[in-house]
Amino acid sequence: MELCVNGEKLLLPDGATIAALLEHFKLQPVRVAVELNCDIVPKKTYSHTRLKSGDKVEIVTFVGGG
Amino acid sequence: MASTHLKIGSYELKSRLIVGTGKYSSLELMQQCHQESGAEVVTVAVRRERLVDKNSGRNILDFIDPKKYILLPNTAGCFNAQDVVRVAKLGREMLTDSGYRGADWVKLECLGDTRTLLPEPVGTLEALKILVQDGFQVLVYCSDDVMLCKRIKEAGAAAVMPAGSPIGSGQGVLNPNAIRIILEQLKENDPTYPVIVDAGVGTASDVAAAMELGVDGVLLNTAIAGATDPVKMARAMMLATESGHLAHQAGRIARKLYATASSPWEGRINV
Repeated sequence: MELCVNGEKLLLPDGATIAALLEHFKLQPVRVAVELNCDIVPKKTYSHTRLKSGDKVEIVTFVGGG
Repeated sequence: MASTHLKIGSYELKSRLIVGTGKYSSLELMQQCHQESGAEVVTVAVRRERLVDKNSGRNILDFIDPKKYILLPNTAGCFNAQDVVRVAKLGREMLTDSGYRGADWVKLECLGDTRTLLPEPVGTLEALKILVQDGFQVLVYCSDDVMLCKRIKEAGAAAVMPAGSPIGSGQGVLNPNAIRIILEQLKENDPTYPVIVDAGVGTASDVAAAMELGVDGVLLNTAIAGATDPVKMARAMMLATESGHLAHQAGRIARKLYATASSPWEGRINV
């Protein structure tokens, strides 16, 4: 399936979860927040939230700022 | 220590200096500067995770001790209320059950344009109302317009944070009289209501001058991160915050046009 992750196209196996997506990028769930089609996905649900083709995902983290 | 603590929303702070985390040449340097500044609150921005060309897996939070610092997520880089609310919620989500304090507050920044980085008042007020409704304690970056500051306080802001001068400009507090009027009007019958100068200070004397006006704290980033010796400047900022606050409490002498002798006139030998 084709996803749009942080504005970039990404191919992942059908039925992949948010947890699998984070694993794909080697990201620690505790250091990010995830939006699926503009709705925040609670961390507790990463392992059972399945993605579908055409989904728009944003993965954000904290960076330096003032 | 004559200073009393600063209370913003549910947080009680010993240090009146809030520092940023941006523009440091390394995360190690940032960590050292935070230590020297004595700040308890550090503000962080929310951005897309870099999915390729990652910074060798280093995350800024690995350089901020959750026992020592409270994080203040900000909405820097937002230009409308909708984006502000979205970014604030992402910040809260990241801090929820993270071991860090700070999930329940946010520094609201809604900018007008990229050149001045001045706050956009209509979007700011609109976002504030939504965030307050959603349970956030909101610290609001705004311009030094007293009427706007009053509306922001009325809308439920936990703190009002007028800019001293444009972000990163190092010009100091350009209109101290505006800050004085804001302090008078917002603190009338509510003396502990927090007013913080956010942005624009360039060096220690700017911070001391701001504190001497009677503001409750100063928030800064570039003045430390951009200094030739950031660690030394961080310490200077800590001392300036404290000395300015003490001087305000102490009450300065009136300015007079003519001299007043410090030594007695009586007993001079040359009469």
